[in-house]
Amino acid sequence: MTKNAIIAANRFGLGARPGDLAQMGNDAEGWLVEQLTDVDTPRGLPASSDVIVEVNELRMQRRAARADDDDLVQQYTRKIRRHYVEQVTARYRHAAATERPFTERLVHFWSNHFAVSADKQPIPAIAGLFENEAIRPNVLGNFTELLTAAAQHPAMILYLDNQRSIGPDSKLGKRARRFRPDQALGLNENLAREILELHTLGVAGGYTQEDVTAFARVITGWSIGGANPQGRFAEGEPGKFEFRDNIHEPGTQRILGKKYAQGGVRQGEAVLYDLARHPSTATFIARKLVRHFVADEPSAGLVERLAAVYRENDTELRPVYRALIESDEAFGEQTSKYKTPHDFVISAFRAFDHVPSDGRFVAGALDAMGQTAYRPGSPEGWPDTAAAWGGPDALYKRIEWSSAVANYAGSRIDPIELGQAALGSSLSTRTVQSIKRAESVMQGTTLLLASPEFQRR
Amino acid sequence: MDRRQLLKGLGAAGLISCAPVFAATPDDRRFVVLILRGALDGLAVLPPVGDPDYAKLRGELALTGPGRPGGVLPVDDLFGLHPAMPTLHTLFENGEATFLHAVASPYRERSHFDGQDLLEKGTRSVVGVRDGWLNRALHPLGGGSGKEAAIALSQNMPLILRGSQSVSSWAPSRLPDVSDNTLDRLQDLYADDAFFATRLAQAMDSQEIAGNMASGRVRQNQQFASTMASAARFLTAENGPRIAVIEAGGWDTHANQGAAEGQLANRLGGLDAGLGKLKAELGPAWDKTAVAVVTEFGRTVRVNGTRGTDHGTGTAAILAGGAINGGHVIADWPGLADRELYQNRDLNPTTDLRSVFKSVLEDHLQLSRGFIESDVFPDSRDAASIRDLLRS
Repeated sequence: MTKNAIIAANRFGLGARPGDLAQMGNDAEGWLVEQLTDVDTPRGLPASSDVIVEVNELRMQRRAARADDDDLVQQYTRKIRRHYVEQVTARYRHAAATERPFTERLVHFWSNHFAVSADKQPIPAIAGLFENEAIRPNVLGNFTELLTAAAQHPAMILYLDNQRSIGPDSKLGKRARRFRPDQALGLNENLAREILELHTLGVAGGYTQEDVTAFARVITGWSIGGANPQGRFAEGEPGKFEFRDNIHEPGTQRILGKKYAQGGVRQGEAVLYDLARHPSTATFIARKLVRHFVADEPSAGLVERLAAVYRENDTELRPVYRALIESDEAFGEQTSKYKTPHDFVISAFRAFDHVPSDGRFVAGALDAMGQTAYRPGSPEGWPDTAAAWGGPDALYKRIEWSSAVANYAGSRIDPIELGQAALGSSLSTRTVQSIKRAESVMQGTTLLLASPEFQRR
Repeated sequence: MDRRQLLKGLGAAGLISCAPVFAATPDDRRFVVLILRGALDGLAVLPPVGDPDYAKLRGELALTGPGRPGGVLPVDDLFGLHPAMPTLHTLFENGEATFLHAVASPYRERSHFDGQDLLEKGTRSVVGVRDGWLNRALHPLGGGSGKEAAIALSQNMPLILRGSQSVSSWAPSRLPDVSDNTLDRLQDLYADDAFFATRLAQAMDSQEIAGNMASGRVRQNQQFASTMASAARFLTAENGPRIAVIEAGGWDTHANQGAAEGQLANRLGGLDAGLGKLKAELGPAWDKTAVAVVTEFGRTVRVNGTRGTDHGTGTAAILAGGAINGGHVIADWPGLADRELYQNRDLNPTTDLRSVFKSVLEDHLQLSRGFIESDVFPDSRDAASIRDLLRS
């Protein structure tokens, strides 16, 4: 097994399973490229539209009943929790077993780039479905469609409140002003701002507050169907993206110096099309990719190269991924990245060739280590540098989890063998010695998982 | 027909009819095996303070005689008991504990993993056999799935209980605390890596400030006591298992082992409190209980360069419980003179641990000698059982 195989499996993949390194042989790059032909999706999960409808009905019942009806509140919370655990379980089982760990890492990367955080209802019940429905189908396609799918997914609309954003001069906006002049009904800039700041141009990407406001007007009406069966907003397929013309701000808007005169949903889609092709977007996502895969401090040269490939390929993503894995930097210094808790947990499962059966265990572990599944806490997503994850207490939690896993795995395993299968020659002599001297197999396994080389990629 | 044969007959009937059979030990007797993983220093638990070479060889780890500050608790002319173990001392004085010294399994190398494997397989060599001796011993006791005769208080099934007989296991669900021993080793493992070394040091400082670390040790001992209490609950439950295996780590004291106080003293204190807890929680069942406290091997007689001891051979074992014919020390003492040491470094083992186990199986669980020799401890004729270890 080569050094490149070890890097391919651990830095670009999700950690080697026993046999992976040997199977890869001398063709680490080929192993990665081959994975980019397809993306797998965890099976057996409901559609987000069904979950949104289900949760919405419970919410209505709760509202109709007394607000303090504990049974209904509990029922609502339990239902959401059940969906969340089911989706977390599916995600980590899939990650532990997938034959396309590079593609899967890209899914997680983009899912985090377009973060919907499960700390706002009803996101916990649909965050995993968002990943499967908006991210997966587009991860190997082009950024334009990925961006559009993410921005129009009900999870994103709900997370960033766009269903509440009403064009002041839309039909409904004007009527509301006439009847209820005192009531604030109008634009919500949340989604528009985050698309510009976090999904495309980046915070210093060259847009102004005027651009944000104009873009917010453009995407008024981007909503969800059947929001309230009894009242207004009943139109559309329940739980799915719905463009509502009656709250859409009419008229031409100017964004980043360009005029958009299209009507309806096409106006916003035209803006997304141009944003995806903006040079700032190219640089912004190139830098994020390099930071994720290569180094906390991305080299300007590699970032520019990837940005150029992106610009030259009409926002197609596969050429960018290929340029990344063909770069010298990608296979340069070994283990330059400190694993996030998410990476750490998945790579441990893979090293043990273990597919977790109970998602609550995984969710609990990630929670304890500070990276609650699907809950980065903000639309910015999880940070991607050691500075963010390298806290002393976080390390201590990893050690505790390693010890728990080791106890669970028991004495039937050989930690040195597992370490060699997962890390190849990057398993250090020091760690091997330390495992050999351990007072029990379980302690040896703890030392393996907590070793510096296992915690880096 | 004696009870043993009756049970065997029931067991066979159970197999044929596939009906669940209550696991049963004769007279509802209890047997607990407590495995101390990491190699307990027998010379620290039961220091031979009367041996002329002891104090010299043990240097700063040597304990003083009874009655002095930090001195041992009196046992006999040759041995004392570590001062951190007053509960065990009381058991000994009340005839409910027996100490064995210079014991070892047939293992003569110094790998923890192989040593523990051999201790648990009960064989002469690590290769070949795949099941544990205690599992093999369960066969005549009956007890099918759902009515297991034995339980491991552990997240995983220790080798000693693995095998064809259905056995149970249980562990509390919270994350276990990481032992000081593991943290010490991680500090060593991280020594070359500033990123990890700094953070672990900071984490341990914070734990200390938050009061978790000083009491991290306390917590580890508390956890052990609560495991012992859980074991007692299983052992006294109606139709529950009557045999339990408990494991405890933290005995691999290569550095700063301490003497009357310190790291090892602390662990011994935890062991002592755990035994007290077990007795208290078992209540009247204690009278029918035999507890065997064993470890994979001992530690070097001489102190190493880091105020600790390295892997050795002969060590001590403890039998406790109301069923034990206690108050005795069983030791064919080889002495500590240089020429008496095993490979000029370890306490020379003179008693085979299998002899101790065989005695308990025969005299306490009343398994037939023939079955023990053929099935449980094959090839152990040279390790004869020891008479009168039990009251029965």
